[in-house]
Amino acid sequence: MQPVVRLRSAVCLLGRFPALAGVDLDVRDREVVLLSGGNGAGKTTLLRLLAGLVPLRAGTGEVLGHDLATDRRGHRRLVSLVGHETACYDDLTVHENVRFAARASGVDAPPEPVLEQLGLQPLAAVPHRRLSAGQRRRLAFAVALARRPRLLLLDEPHAGLDAEGRAALDQVLSGTAQSGLTVVLASHELDRVRGLASREVVLTAGQAHGSVPEPASVPDPEAAATDSRPPARATGERSSG
Amino acid sequence: MNLIQEALLVAGKDLRIEARSRVTTQQVLPFGLIVLLLFAFALDPDRGVLSRVAPGLFWVAVLLGTLLSIGRAFAIEAENGALDGLRLSGLDGSALFLGKAGAVAVQLVALEVLLTAGVVVLFNVGLGGIAPLVLATIAATVGLAAVGTLYGVLSAGLRVRETLLPVLLLPVVAPVLLGASRAWEAAIDGASGDAWPWVALLGIFAVLFTGIGMLVFGPLLEES
Repeated sequence: MQPVVRLRSAVCLLGRFPALAGVDLDVRDREVVLLSGGNGAGKTTLLRLLAGLVPLRAGTGEVLGHDLATDRRGHRRLVSLVGHETACYDDLTVHENVRFAARASGVDAPPEPVLEQLGLQPLAAVPHRRLSAGQRRRLAFAVALARRPRLLLLDEPHAGLDAEGRAALDQVLSGTAQSGLTVVLASHELDRVRGLASREVVLTAGQAHGSVPEPASVPDPEAAATDSRPPARATGERSSG
Repeated sequence: MNLIQEALLVAGKDLRIEARSRVTTQQVLPFGLIVLLLFAFALDPDRGVLSRVAPGLFWVAVLLGTLLSIGRAFAIEAENGALDGLRLSGLDGSALFLGKAGAVAVQLVALEVLLTAGVVVLFNVGLGGIAPLVLATIAATVGLAAVGTLYGVLSAGLRVRETLLPVLLLPVVAPVLLGASRAWEAAIDGASGDAWPWVALLGIFAVLFTGIGMLVFGPLLEES
């Protein structure tokens, strides 16, 4: 099966600085891949590269069958990125923000199920500017999920969330196989996230380790879907957990 | 969704945000009126001068209001990283351009209606030829919104966008100021025939920059 993500010797520059300096990475359908590494290791840049928000300067890259070197916009409707900011509008309500993001991505379904999933239904009529930091974080997840992506990219997903929010997010992550989602997330909360991830990739100074698993070592997503958590671990240079 | 539906989605979002934030009604519109009042104070007591230069003063006030509206249109995208959300949405660049320019144009029309009342009352100006006046205003509004949106996205990602935007935008819209002022002068004087060439110039400007905007807004958004 064709991987959802396939990078070979991928280079990204921030100005003249190589934020990614030759990354190889494969991510298969319905995997949950944890990116770990210190500050400035290139995790955020890698997520933005996969979203098509920064250009690939050298090497090759494909996301959902789209070549990042020639067309980094073609796959964007199929990708959601939850970054450090919410990408929401202060003067729109929770409901309006989710609805706009979904409709802009070609999804006409009402946002209520996603709001319910993340415990945001009571806040549906509240403007973004009046939400707490944790509530804003949950809204960012709601926006990401409402777009019905195939690839979900999360940057420090648990930061700022309360216990209820973390539980809701963990539930989303643990249900990826059933929902058809593939997830790549960057986090410093390794103890928490390793239990949810099927594989860990360590980034150091813009280079990845453990990023291309041996075929036999990747868990079968269908099997993982039926397993109770914690999932089967993989592989790479460092097994999660 | 087709191009028009996408554009309406973006314009609806921008107008809803403006209605909630009330920046247009509580800041841009009063600003335009204040500019007119300041002109009146500066040029009083000779009201004959005021009525003669009213078209130019009107369009200078509209231009200044345009700067505020354009700045605001892209400031809301800079807050909370919303620009990334727009890029990821996969919305067509042309639709984004038409939507944002359309929302700016609606706000400019509101400003122009208020300022028209202002020049009639404050500058004692009678509106003569309505048809060229209205058509010149529509064409100038479209042109201002189009070129403003184009330069707005050009400066959107820059830290110095608030100061850079006027420097980039004002020289480019000089033909609009010239054409709209001349068309209004002719229309107010009842010489509609003299107004039409200027209306045509404004129309060409509007079509040209709307076309350019639809072509290049997407690539510019990628680089902002």
